[in-house]
Amino acid sequence: MSEVKKFLYVNRRAPYGTIYAWESLEVILIGAAFDQDVTLAFVDDGVFQLVKDHDTAGIGMKNFTPTYGALGDYDINKIYVEKESLEARGLTIDDLQHLIWEDEDEDWAEKDSIKVVTSSELAKLMGQQDVVLSF
Amino acid sequence: MAIEIGGKSIETDEEGYLVDLSDWTEEIALELAKSESLEMDEPRWEVVNFLREYYDEYQIAPAVRVLTKAIGKKLGKDKGNSKYLYELFPYGPGKQACKIAGLPKPTGCI
Repeated sequence: MSEVKKFLYVNRRAPYGTIYAWESLEVILIGAAFDQDVTLAFVDDGVFQLVKDHDTAGIGMKNFTPTYGALGDYDINKIYVEKESLEARGLTIDDLQHLIWEDEDEDWAEKDSIKVVTSSELAKLMGQQDVVLSF
Repeated sequence: MAIEIGGKSIETDEEGYLVDLSDWTEEIALELAKSESLEMDEPRWEVVNFLREYYDEYQIAPAVRVLTKAIGKKLGKDKGNSKYLYELFPYGPGKQACKIAGLPKPTGCI
């Protein structure tokens, strides 16, 4: 088994208009399938990616956001959302999807995956990674 | 590429996966299984139906590791292991079962 690296995926862009958000999610799932240590961060307009109940009918695109619900199955449970970005957009954690993971060691107890952190906490987190990928 | 079913031509990609997911029917599943030399018995349908439900909810075909865990949770530990799933789908539960279920290749499958 090769060495496990700590990967942080930073999502900065709005979910639609560019392919970044969806591409990032695909790369994240692939990274996790290869047993890497995966952490996600959502900042700037990236926080809109996690907003629940997207209605994409008007722009003729597929709403890909139900796929975030599968992150827990891929053992991705470190999802950080920047507090300042939420506030600047008039959002709170209640506007976001409720993402959970199930702890096998505690009889599949459901636990929250999303944590709201300040930008300085996020900066610290970035410093702890082996690889930071920005989308 | 395409497969012929009941006089209708269904488009598939170069690896035999359906191009249009909404083309899928049980009859097509049987045909796809035949192309994989697999007999669709009860345990295989169980996995195929599970994958379709998973796709319906999350819009992705799960990686094998994820599938194994999720099946174990839903259908019981005796089924949620690679030995059981590889016995049903010897060339890979992700690959073969997804194809029969009319789904794209699993994300993270190379």
